Amino acid sequence: MEENFKVIDNYLMVKMPEEVDHHKSVYISKTADEYIMNEGVGNVVFDFEDTRFMDSSGIGVIIGRYKKISYFGGKVFAINTDTRIKRTLMICGLHKVIEIME
Amino acid sequence: METGQKDISRTKNEMSLKNEMQITFDAVSVNEAFARVAVAAFVTPLNPTIEEVSDIKTAVSEAVTNAIIHGYDAEFMKEGNSKSPNKVYLSCIIEDDVLYVEVKDKGKGIADVEQAMEPLFTTKPEMDRSGMGFAFMEAFMDDLEVISQPNMGTIIRMKKKLGTTPWIGYEE
Repeated sequence: MEENFKVIDNYLMVKMPEEVDHHKSVYISKTADEYIMNEGVGNVVFDFEDTRFMDSSGIGVIIGRYKKISYFGGKVFAINTDTRIKRTLMICGLHKVIEIME
Repeated sequence: METGQKDISRTKNEMSLKNEMQITFDAVSVNEAFARVAVAAFVTPLNPTIEEVSDIKTAVSEAVTNAIIHGYDAEFMKEGNSKSPNKVYLSCIIEDDVLYVEVKDKGKGIADVEQAMEPLFTTKPEMDRSGMGFAFMEAFMDDLEVISQPNMGTIIRMKKKLGTTPWIGYEE
């Protein structure tokens, strides 16, 4: 699963799994945090290209990373979000703090 | 896939549907996916839209996740409640075009249900919980009822009428 995490320049790219729930989110949070701390990346990009399902656990992952990275002045991006994922993000008002790109 | 299928009226079944199912499973996170997929499969006779299936899956996932991480949390297990493996009880009823879902646990219960249902309220921020579980259940289902008392477990009852959203989702 490690290949789902990539550092490009100052960005940590996180490829989200097909289903983002509590079961998967624990691992994503933990690994992303390791990259943020060890590689010193400035920004985090969540790639939802393969994601077909996400519940509030996914929101928790994004908010948690946002809190960490914004402390260092970084930004969080969500890319390749389909209508469903976008709707889930917007219900929580996340579009106000992170950049959502289709 | 024939597009012609979309014209079939999916709300008017010739006979009225009545169906029921119950599943009991261990309170472990790998079963969250199992639970929501089981409910999604159960509603297929109602010919739901992808949107509806997705709404139901999210709501079930939230309820089951809550039972597993809050109902049977580490604190509850420490108090010597882990003699028998902890179970989550999921039951569904279809009546015509309405789906009823009940998710029950015998865990630690909720002291203040009203507070727990507030968006962004969570007792486990350290676990990266967003506190949006109940808000999602409310948003994606038609009706939500929470019955709980400390140490008496929690019962979540949700209801959703199918066939009310259009076949083709409109953009924004």
